[in-house]
Amino acid sequence: MLEFDTADVRNRNSHALEAPSPAALPATPSPECLREMYEVMVRSRRLDERCWLLHRQGRIGFHISGIGHEAAQVGVAFAMRRGYDFLHPYYRDLAMVIALGMSMRDVLLGSFGKQGDPSSGGRQMPNHYCYKPANILSISSPVSTQLPQAAGVALAEKLKGGDRVTVTCIGEGATSEGDFHEALDWAGVHKLPLVVVVENNEYAISVPMRLQMAIERVADRAAAYGIRGVSVDGLDVFASYAAAKEAIERARAGEGTTLLEVRVVRITPHSSDDNDSTYRSPEEKAHVRAQDPLPRFQKQLLEMGVLTPATIAEIEQCAQAEVNDALHYAESAPYPPVTWAMGPVFAE
Amino acid sequence: MAEKTLIEAIREALDEEMARDERVFITGTDIGPRGGVFLATQGLYAKYGPTRIIDSPLSESSIVGVGIGAAMNGMRPVCEIQFADFIHPAYNQIVNEAARMFYRSGGQYCVPMVIRCPYGGGMGGGLYHSQSVEATFAHVPGLKVVIPSNPHDAKGLLKSAIRDDNPVLFLEPKKGYRAIKGEVPAGDYTEPLGKAKVTRQGQDITVYAYGMMHFYCQQAAEAVARAGISVELVDLRTLNPLDKETVLASFKKTGKALIVYEDNRFLGYGAEIAALLCEEAFEHMDAPIMRLAGPDVPAVPYSRPLQDWFMPDVHRIAEAMRKLVAY
Ligand SMILES: Cc1ncc(C[n+]2csc(CCOP(=O)(O)OP(=O)(O)O)c2C)c(N)n1
Repeated sequence: MLEFDTADVRNRNSHALEAPSPAALPATPSPECLREMYEVMVRSRRLDERCWLLHRQGRIGFHISGIGHEAAQVGVAFAMRRGYDFLHPYYRDLAMVIALGMSMRDVLLGSFGKQGDPSSGGRQMPNHYCYKPANILSISSPVSTQLPQAAGVALAEKLKGGDRVTVTCIGEGATSEGDFHEALDWAGVHKLPLVVVVENNEYAISVPMRLQMAIERVADRAAAYGIRGVSVDGLDVFASYAAAKEAIERARAGEGTTLLEVRVVRITPHSSDDNDSTYRSPEEKAHVRAQDPLPRFQKQLLEMGVLTPATIAEIEQCAQAEVNDALHYAESAPYPPVTWAMGPVFAE
Repeated sequence: MAEKTLIEAIREALDEEMARDERVFITGTDIGPRGGVFLATQGLYAKYGPTRIIDSPLSESSIVGVGIGAAMNGMRPVCEIQFADFIHPAYNQIVNEAARMFYRSGGQYCVPMVIRCPYGGGMGGGLYHSQSVEATFAHVPGLKVVIPSNPHDAKGLLKSAIRDDNPVLFLEPKKGYRAIKGEVPAGDYTEPLGKAKVTRQGQDITVYAYGMMHFYCQQAAEAVARAGISVELVDLRTLNPLDKETVLASFKKTGKALIVYEDNRFLGYGAEIAALLCEEAFEHMDAPIMRLAGPDVPAVPYSRPLQDWFMPDVHRIAEAMRKLVAY
């Protein structure tokens, strides 16, 4: 369980400057890296699927999915200096936070609201990620609120003369909020070391993109703020990685903010509380499922010789075992004591 | 000791804190070369430059949101909202984000940030340059709400607010910026947050106030003293967390309470004080607890007689004091 270390409070927000990997990222990830990316995708997917099951069995109260977003998230996460750069995430970033170092146990403790949930100690709903050891900042539920905060993190980094890049993620629906625009405005004015990743799955719960904005590409909005806008196929790990790498490197080099649109699909309903058959036809759902980025990546890696049927089976097996272990661990963990609800509310 | 105005004391606190701690920076609209519309940051831009005195875009939500992020990345931002009336676009960032960050992250992240904000009426500002927002924000756990009523405290409290690891809403009674003067020690000193102050000893009644109303209450207490009424005056100074001890101790001494505030009366800060006294000092109660507050119309009207009708003033406060003592 997280402890409130009040002795250390003055340093609470001072992030450890762990040695970043000095070598520049390769243009194309190495075979080992590709395999790791694939592993993260599989682990995220299996955990995500299990959460739906757990919800349907009434064992957890809520789940919101990253299924269909994993390729983009893995591409972005592996272009970051993990544990060094900041992530201000949103609720679909399961593969992203796993890539940055959260474990399945960490995630499931949150789903069950159990003691030791590193995100919030059981205070927030599931999927509201926060994990200081990996420089993952805390998110709330009102969408877009993390955007000005991410701009602030980036501004502070610039003021301090540091070179950590802040990555923040958001859905395309949330780009309609004022905070999104206010944050990009700051980012442009101050040329902030920030990458705003819009995971565009074309729906905000049930509202389709054409009712959200009168433009084709979210990335087109960048021009209005004097920042760079890029739109890529977020179902393609390679494209996502390359675009994120460029955006992050530019940010680190002082060249300012990129609005990076990764076009993805939402294969599930919006959340465990949603019934998407009220607004999506069976044909559309089948079409979306057919675009699943996971088999696509698997096929690419098989063709490249990075994976073999045997390694695929092994990765599957490991992922399933890890899910089972995490589930057992989280389900048998105790609930937090009620005193945990009482605070502290203020940092002492 | 030099006599200074409230705004001068605030400026001095900002200046000294910026000199003391390089993590402190200021952002808000017009706070740069202009020095703020009330001149709270006058001269600081010339001294500290554009990386520490940052004119923000005109966007209250992001002034606070950027402050939160910067605070989480090790800085100590002081964010100015130009008028309390314009704080509402930032409500979500203040209440849902800043105030909850420490709790919701299980203590992983705190938000050492000050939001400075002029508030209150009596300056001919009409509905949108006169509002009192303290009750709205004092209701929020995780957010400290501080209101100074004199230059000495303003400097000491603002320094404490900047050094605090929590988000602090520092509300400044703008009518008092130049009207309220007092001795301000040179150099460094702090006043603790969460501590009220008995600013006048008395026997007959206790009057609770803060900000501009505290200033008026001092004059009213002076006036009724000539008629032999002994008023004990408590300056609340921090509305959240409230110094219950000082509040209760004074009431136990006099048994009669009047709470004066210019915010709307209904569900205003006086209601909390009254409830506290009822719950925890009932047996000491010697008269109905009284509130003198702004009426329940949206805000202070512009036209002079209408504004005067709205604002509690020295005369009305003195009258309320006499009424209470006679009960
Ligand atoms: C300010 C706010 N309004 C409404 C909601 C309810 N809500 C939660 S997610 C969501 C849709 C967001 O869609 P999008 O940004 O496209 O992200 P997606 O869920 O599709 O990934 C809505 C309306 C909210 N969380 N916050």
